Amino acid sequence: MTASLHPALIFFLGAALVALLPLVARKTVILAVPLLGFFLVLGLDPGVFWHYTLFGHDLALLRVDKLSKAFGFIFTINAFACFLYALHLKSRGEHIAALAYIGASLGAVFSADLISLYLFWEVMAITSTFLVLARRTERAYGAAYRYVLMHIFGGLLLLAGILLHAYTTGSVAFTGFTEQTPGTWLMLLGFLVNAAAPPFSAWLSDAYPEATVTGGVIMTAYTTKTAVYTLLRGFPGWEILMVVGCAMAVYGIIYAILENDMRRILAYSIINQVGFMVCGAGIGTAMAISGVVAHAFCHIIYKALLWMSAGAVLYMTGKSKCTDLGGLYKTMPLTMIFGTIGALAISSFPGFSGYTSKPMIIEAGVHEGLYWVWMVLEVASAGVFLHAGIKFPYFVFFAKDNGLRPGEPPRHMLAAMAIMAFLCIFLGLYPQPLYAILPYTVDFHAYTFEHTLNQLQLLMFSALAFFLLLPLLKRTETISLDTDWFYRKAGGQVYRGCAWVFDGLNAWANRVFAQELPRQLTRFFTEPGGNLQRYGVRLWAEYSGTDLSQSRLEEQIERRSRLATYPVGGGVLLAVLLITLLTLVLLL
Amino acid sequence: MKPRREWDWFDHPHNLRRLRIGFYVVLVLLVLPDLFIHKHTLFSSVEGWPGFYALFGFIACVAIILISKLLGYWLKRPEDYYDR
Repeated sequence: MTASLHPALIFFLGAALVALLPLVARKTVILAVPLLGFFLVLGLDPGVFWHYTLFGHDLALLRVDKLSKAFGFIFTINAFACFLYALHLKSRGEHIAALAYIGASLGAVFSADLISLYLFWEVMAITSTFLVLARRTERAYGAAYRYVLMHIFGGLLLLAGILLHAYTTGSVAFTGFTEQTPGTWLMLLGFLVNAAAPPFSAWLSDAYPEATVTGGVIMTAYTTKTAVYTLLRGFPGWEILMVVGCAMAVYGIIYAILENDMRRILAYSIINQVGFMVCGAGIGTAMAISGVVAHAFCHIIYKALLWMSAGAVLYMTGKSKCTDLGGLYKTMPLTMIFGTIGALAISSFPGFSGYTSKPMIIEAGVHEGLYWVWMVLEVASAGVFLHAGIKFPYFVFFAKDNGLRPGEPPRHMLAAMAIMAFLCIFLGLYPQPLYAILPYTVDFHAYTFEHTLNQLQLLMFSALAFFLLLPLLKRTETISLDTDWFYRKAGGQVYRGCAWVFDGLNAWANRVFAQELPRQLTRFFTEPGGNLQRYGVRLWAEYSGTDLSQSRLEEQIERRSRLATYPVGGGVLLAVLLITLLTLVLLL
Repeated sequence: MKPRREWDWFDHPHNLRRLRIGFYVVLVLLVLPDLFIHKHTLFSSVEGWPGFYALFGFIACVAIILISKLLGYWLKRPEDYYDR
């Protein structure tokens, strides 16, 4: 029985081996591990295995059912293609981080309880940060720092939710939650941070485009899709998810249209696509859940393909801004073709994989009579073609020729793209193998004449809008403000504001109490008697309204103080007065 | 040896013209069947109109582009905004 071996374990072992082995053996390991992982997942029997006890709870690391298995399949298939794409890397660090990251995602997907899930969740956050750090640029360091802080924040929300939930219900089982309690809400928020739901989405568009060429490809699949899995498992049918999903779908499109960096365009389109999935989880019917799994499956493939083609362009040219690129079809025709296949698949163009998965989610919404969900998702579908389907290939491979003449990327990269492109077309034309592994059997036929015609009309007239309004879509060398502004800029401004207020207060106190006051006191106490008399004289002069004798008196006081020639009687009188005063005070 | 001639099909205006005409022909061909078939509707009878999805896609995209453009005035910043 292969149920005794955990797919995640293979990846962790692989990570350890990569740390030890020489280059050639490392290359074998990174390709063998995903293959082995895939066959392990294939051989898993339904059930719960790998039990252990922690904090008095019975926990289990391996829960096998159709839902977790479907994610297991695509995670390992994608891992194989990604490592083939990254075969040229000589450094160990990136491979170790990637293997551990994918292993942790598999661990999270197969966890049967919340505690195991949380542990893998945090390992994912930490290991994936290294894929950004490995870029070794100042920007990447900053982005990685913000990325890991955001994920720690999300992880803490999840942990707080788990603790509250365990405390109130006494259970840490990870099943569908029905009660709306603070515990479940916190968990939901924690999951939504990883799903990149606004306003917690900026980590994705901030960090992914700063990751390495290969790290970016790997990251696109796991964090957000693990979050989608947890939403499907824990929160199916929570209506709030429909709202969140629709918002994500539209938000992703608008930012992708504003963006200039090609990998950031693709990052925003991840948010848009995950929006469809989150919305499907919110619909929560059998068809919706199957649709989300199918869409996650296809999405991982075409999104990796898109990132691979963008990565190939970045790898060969060192540039990733649309304003610097263009005209690359001349010297990178294969990359262009693969990228375009990915673009057509993400747009769910008939004949490509998106078309056999995404409409399932929309149809599930229609079955429930959700008019506004249908409306928003159809608008978003048209918008996907706009920003990812046409904009990405058009500005990178066509549009204005910027004189760049790079060649095709290395063969292993092309091979990885070819595999993914093949899968996009294969699942687009023959989705039955995919439908067979879905959690629920669905009666869905994408290729009716009417549906195909409607979809083609929708997409081709979106294309018409794109080309007619092309002048409005002119690329500018700008970035767009996102919610990360609050911790990148507003945080700094609050800091500067506080600094201004408190430093100002400090400076004022220093001036008054440390400088001015001692100076005044010193001046007074050099001649306390004379100063007092002078003050009295001035007061009297002000009171009586005459200042005739004032200057004369002051002169006299001045002279007496300087020479210390006060009449003896005056001194004695003062001394007697003082003693009387003291006696009175003591007696009272 | 003479260097291999670059593939520059998309740089020739007459090719682009052909492409454009082909595109418009496809658009017309996509809407034509609507005039002859009876369409099923999901929520309202409007969906049964010929070319409904074509119009829907076009209007949706124009709206998205215009809204993005407007938001762009508010959200766009120079590239070194965060480095300053």
